[in-house]
Order: sequence, then structure tokens, then C-alpha cells
Amino acid sequence: MDIIACLKRVPLTAEAEVKVDATGKGIIKDRLTFDMNESDTYALEQAILTKEKSGGTLTVVSVGYPEAEETLRIALAKGADNAIRVKAEDFDNLDGYMTAQLINLALKDKKYDLVLTGCMATDDYNSQVGIILAELLGITHASFVTKIEIDEGRAQAYRELEGGLLEHLDIQLPALFTIQTGINEPRYASLIAIRKAAKKEITVLGKNELPIDPLANVILDELYPPPVGKRAEIIVGAPDESAGKLAHVLKEKGLV
Amino acid sequence: MTQIMTLVEHRQDSIRDISFETLTMGRKLARQNNGKLTAILLGHETASAAESLKSWADRVLVANHETFKNFNAETYQIALSALLKQEKPRLLIIGHSLCGADLAPALATELSIPFSTDCLSAEIAGDALKIVRQIYDGKLNARLTIRNAATHMITLRSGSCPAEAADLIGTIEKFEPVIASPEYRRFIEYIEAAVGDVDITRADVLVGIGRGIKEQANIAMIDDFAKAINGVLACTRPVVDAGWLPKDRQIGSSGKTVKPKLYIALGISGAFQHTAGMKGADTIIAVNKDPNAPIFNEADYGIVDDLFKIVPVLRNKIGELKK
Repeated sequence: MDIIACLKRVPLTAEAEVKVDATGKGIIKDRLTFDMNESDTYALEQAILTKEKSGGTLTVVSVGYPEAEETLRIALAKGADNAIRVKAEDFDNLDGYMTAQLINLALKDKKYDLVLTGCMATDDYNSQVGIILAELLGITHASFVTKIEIDEGRAQAYRELEGGLLEHLDIQLPALFTIQTGINEPRYASLIAIRKAAKKEITVLGKNELPIDPLANVILDELYPPPVGKRAEIIVGAPDESAGKLAHVLKEKGLV
Repeated sequence: MTQIMTLVEHRQDSIRDISFETLTMGRKLARQNNGKLTAILLGHETASAAESLKSWADRVLVANHETFKNFNAETYQIALSALLKQEKPRLLIIGHSLCGADLAPALATELSIPFSTDCLSAEIAGDALKIVRQIYDGKLNARLTIRNAATHMITLRSGSCPAEAADLIGTIEKFEPVIASPEYRRFIEYIEAAVGDVDITRADVLVGIGRGIKEQANIAMIDDFAKAINGVLACTRPVVDAGWLPKDRQIGSSGKTVKPKLYIALGISGAFQHTAGMKGADTIIAVNKDPNAPIFNEADYGIVDDLFKIVPVLRNKIGELKK
């Protein structure tokens, strides 16, 4: 079974303050840490588990700036065989559609039975690249998958719907699955494996190797903080004071 | 004539709420642009569903076939791509549900329709489409322009255009869809979520934990706090993903929708996927270190601080007041 996993390096913003930079189109990055997109770590783990079970090769692909090679090296350390970086610096205004077109071209002569991506990148919140890529590759897909069983050229895929309802699908391979978080327990790379992976070669593809002028669907006009809705009444003070005031509020409302 | 279309989503024989939100948005855009709104219904035994949609659209376009009983991105895409080629709408709006999000990118790409996903709003601007959506874990909004085209497509985030009933008298038109028996992707069945020992939807007081809990070892302290105030412990998706609490404790779009009298969110940033499941709580309290966390837009009261500093004090103070 030959497997492709698509990975993205993103800023970790779930618990960080995110501020718009002076251009109005980017964010201030110097205080943010970057890592593999969360659902991509699950997609990668699923790819490694599948490879361990059924043999074959695992190729990881990322469209990103040179730093994305760190993310690819982590994947190599965990068990990927080959890594490809598509040079984001060669293409302007990358959106989900362009990214998918570039990956599609980068995979042109590759063999694969299974393509896995995360279900959503936490930076752009698109949930697009995997599904667009499946369409461009001409293979079927299922998104937001929380369980996969593979047997003889078919996959039993379970998608998680609203309210926790599962949708069981029977899918013919080759296929692309976008992987939801929680499907497995992503492993950590050992230090020895990370040291070994540092020496592995990463294939880097840019404008010369990918001779297309990909079309973007969207152009970013502006970033801005979300409008404040029903803003909470913020209770200030040291913990002793703020928690004390909150306790009184709860008591007055008859909630405790 | 500007034609706006929406795709009606249904599951297990009922129309899903998101459908009335896309219809509401579609109606507003149709009115702003002197156009008409068409609701597309792909289903099986559709008569009563079609009837119930008449007041929501100028036209209800119905395909009735057993293959459409359950959503399937493959059969839906084949039928819709043929339909869109004929109808050439100015805009197709699909709900950003787990089914809509599965279908739209592939359908749009097949037809080279420029599109965007998870949109909060949309405005037709000549041959372009202006949209707003959220990025970076919901911490920023982005205003974007979808490139010029005759047809655009978006998926709409639930809750961003609340349903407003209308009193249209739409016509019901049947159409013969292109039917393909699913070749590559077969729907087998729905599997209901397992029922656990605790039903968080019935609790009056819920204490929710998120990423801010940091470690599994920290959960016991919060569980004790929840019990001390006669509450039940609940959580966001990352806590379930880590295996620290069972799935039946998860609040949010892929978990439970809850409406307790009191919800205390601890170390929860307030991503849309979570708040979608708890907006209906009577009183919402949030404790989070990030003053800009979206949770403070949902909460009634907030404390910007470390939950591990606040919870022990809060527990003591409540205890004192109870005496």
C-alpha cells in the first residue's frame, strides 16, 4: 500500500493572542510557536499505522516555506520514507485551491492507494485542500473521518457527523480521506530518529519543476479582530478578589 | 434575472436547521439583487418536505429518488453538477455542515466554480463575491474577495445567518436528476453515538474544560469542583481526543448541544465548534488567560486569569457563601 500524507506547518493560535500586523493582511508571528497542524498529526499517524500493517511506502508532502522542512523531518523521523516540499515562496497569495493544484502536480508520477490529509488547518479554517485534491486526482474522498478499516482494495470509513452520529461508508481505493482529530494516538519521534531524519534528503519543488500558474479562488482584502458581540462583564482583580466577586454573582443569581 | 440557489440538507427524514439558515441568506441576497431564490431538494419521498419549503423560496426544485435518501457526496455531486450546468445560478449556498463541507469543494472544483468555505456573510459585488470568514482558531476575521465568475459557491457557517421565516408562495418543480449508483462511495448506515453513564444534556450546572487543563492529572481537581457545586464535568473536543474524558462529555457541533442553567468554561478558548453546542446556556462564565479569547464574546461574566489560580479560590468562596 503506497500512501501519501499531506502536512502543513501552522502557527499554534488556539491558546495564543493573535494580532494583525501593519500590512493588515498578516499576523504578528514573532511570539507564536509553529508546529504541524493538529489534524495533520493524526493523518500522519494513520498513514504510519497503515504502512506498518500493510507495507509499502509513505511519502509526505507540504506546501510551505523552508521552515516547513522541519515539519517534514518530524514526519520522516516518525516513519515516512520520502518527503516533498513545494516552495510556497515561489507562488503568491496561496489559497486552498492553489495549494491543492500544486500538490496535485507534485504527485503527478507518484503511485498511491491512499492519500491522507488533516480535516482542517487551524490557521485558515478552510477544510478545502484535501477534498479539492481528491477531485483533481480523480479519486473518491470522505472527509472528517474518525475510523478507517482497510481490506482488499476497499476501505470502511466512518465520518463523524453533528451530534456524534457516525456515517459508515464503503469506499473503493484509491481514495483520499481527510482525518479528524482523535482517530488515533499520534506518536512522538525519538531523538535518535530525529537525528537520523536530519540527514535525509527532502525533494524541493518550485516554479521550475511545477510549471503552472495556479489560479486562486480568493484574494485576502483585510484581517481584523472579530466584532465584539455580547461581551462578557470582565471581573477584575487578583484571584482572591475576582473569584470572590464571581462567587457572589453566582450566589445572587441562585446558581450555587 | 439573478438566481440564488441553496441546497436543502436533510438527515433521517427531517430537514436540518442549517437549511433554513442558507434559505434565509439566499432570500436576502436574492432580494438585494432583484433576483429569485431556488431551493434544491434531493431526497426520497419528498412531497411533505417540498411543501414545507414553499414559504421559504420562490421555487423549490425537487428530485425524488431513493438514491438521495441519505447524503452521499458522490451521488449528490453527479446530480448537482448536471443541474448547475443547466441552471447557471449566480450563487449556490450550501450549509457548512459535515455533509456540506464534504461536498462543496469537490463540486465547485469539478465545475471550476470559485468558492469559499465556512463563510459568515456574503455580498454580491458585480462579478465578484465579497465574503467574511474566521481564521486562526476564530481569533481573527478575514474579508476576502472571490474572483470574478458567472457562478460562485459558498458554504455558510451555522448560526451566522439565523433563520427568519418568510411567507413566500414558491412553486414546486420536479426535475429528473442524473442518477448514478454510487460506484466508489457507498453509504452503509448511520451509527448512533454511544450512551454513557452521564447525560450532560440533562445537567443544570456544567463545568467545561478545554486545552487549558494541560494535563490529565489536573482533571480530578476540576471534577471535585464540579461536584461541589452540584455540577457535571464536560469538555471540548481536544480533551476527548487526548483520551482524558469519554466522548459523551463533549460539548459542541460534533458532540452534545447543552442548555444548562449555568455553564462554567475553564481554559476554553471558544472555538466555533464548541460554542455552537453551548450558546443556549442561561448563564455562561468563562475563565481564560487570553483576554481576546472568543469565549468572552459568548460569556456573561469572565475572569482573565489562570484557571488553576481561580478554581480553588472560587470553590472556597462558594463554600463560604453556602454556610
